[in-house]
Amino acid sequence: MYIINKIGKSVIDISIHLGRTFIMIKNLFFWLFNSKLEKKEVFKQTVRIGVDSLGVATLTSLFTGMVLALQSGYTSKNLFNEPLYVGTVVGFSLVKELAPVLTAIVVAGRAGSSVTAEIGSMAVTEQIDALYTLGTNPSTYLLIPRYLAFMIALPVLTLFSNIVGILGGYIVSSIKLSIPSTVYFDDILQYMEVKNFMHGFIKTFFFAFMIATVSCYKGLYTEGGAEGVGKSTTNSVVLSMVLILAIDYFVSAFLVLIGIT
Amino acid sequence: MIEIRNLTKIYDSRNVLDDISVVIKNGEIFTIMGPSGIGKSTFIKSIVRLITPESGKIIIDGDDILKTNKEFEIQKIRKRFGYLFQEGALFDSLNVWENVSFGLKYLTDIAQSDYIRIAKEKLQLVGLKDIEYKKVNELSGGMKKRVALARAIAHNPKYILYDEPTTGLDPISSEIIINLIKEMSEKLNITSIVVTHDVKLALTISTRIGMLFNGRFLDINTPEGIKESKIKEVKEFIETSFIEDVTVQSDKRK
Repeated sequence: MYIINKIGKSVIDISIHLGRTFIMIKNLFFWLFNSKLEKKEVFKQTVRIGVDSLGVATLTSLFTGMVLALQSGYTSKNLFNEPLYVGTVVGFSLVKELAPVLTAIVVAGRAGSSVTAEIGSMAVTEQIDALYTLGTNPSTYLLIPRYLAFMIALPVLTLFSNIVGILGGYIVSSIKLSIPSTVYFDDILQYMEVKNFMHGFIKTFFFAFMIATVSCYKGLYTEGGAEGVGKSTTNSVVLSMVLILAIDYFVSAFLVLIGIT
Repeated sequence: MIEIRNLTKIYDSRNVLDDISVVIKNGEIFTIMGPSGIGKSTFIKSIVRLITPESGKIIIDGDDILKTNKEFEIQKIRKRFGYLFQEGALFDSLNVWENVSFGLKYLTDIAQSDYIRIAKEKLQLVGLKDIEYKKVNELSGGMKKRVALARAIAHNPKYILYDEPTTGLDPISSEIIINLIKEMSEKLNITSIVVTHDVKLALTISTRIGMLFNGRFLDINTPEGIKESKIKEVKEFIETSFIEDVTVQSDKRK
């Protein structure tokens, strides 16, 4: 009986969260087309999310590119006595999977958490209610600028991560594996097609939308003062990270299905 | 005029507001008094539809705010109100004048170039000078409340809702806020609805007081009428508050 109660409660809780999320997204689209865009806020948030995450995203992709080159170089050296297709392995791994996923995780941890904390603090101090009494609403003033900021900043950061990661791979290839730069970059450019790049790039928009949804939702429904803000922030980051990996699989499978491999 | 008819709000199967009816006349200071957690804030939040009650009518100058679900229509009615939140609810990311003028962009057609001038005027009205460029976190609790009041009156509302205006303030700041509520009513002819558990505040400023208890108004009367009320719960609440006040004052003397 206890287990059934527990399961029942979980199902109801999940349904409530999904219902509220749906209403939040519905309101977001309504106000996107029915209110004046807060351009200043969009710019401010885009810069904030981009700048907040840039350093960590750079380091993450740099070292990922470096370790990919190292591992693939030495593996092919052991198998074929020379490091083959290091640029191809680094380029494909980064562009299609690692740069979008790792950058999304960095953005969720760095910027997503700060958005949840900010909106959560506003929720527990009645600032969200104040928005209504001052003639606006959280969708127009808070959510739309943050959604747009994530949708702009994450793809740009991912592009940057791709470049930095490939450069990281190049540094290791030339120093540790003595691969000439022409060979390394030819390995990438010879096999890489636009659709390979698009495979990773398209996914960033799904990740951005999801991070914005989770971080804004967790912030808006924060309860219980400072402790509640802390809990919401942690939940937001954990949920975003899990969903990034889940969405990555499903979107990748869909893109493969429609021929964007 | 605000006319509330048969208002009911239920939380967790409990009738926080239970079939409440009251008429608040233009120009008066109507205070809702009662212990904490009794539904006072729910009452004023319902008036501007920050909370949607289960049933009833809230008719503001002939328009029922509960009749529509369209945000644009609700917003048209909300324009008539200024709202002073319990903790001020100032936006931390903005400075003082940006906070005060925040609503002007959405509630009025005033040119942006006039915002700073209006903010200064309203700040002066609540007794604050030369703090326009200060950040919110640089202000004391009393100053925050006054800035929040300046924000609430910036768009010249017809009604102001005060949610526990003196809670958490020292006696001097409380006195300033009490005087400001009276001034707003007298100088600007604003109709005020005040929610408080502070008996002294209620008896000092109100035209009428509604004693809220268990979801209903036990008594709606003038301050004198409330003081002499024969209703047990009202008498007890007022007497207890006075005893607490005397105890605090004698403790201070010791």
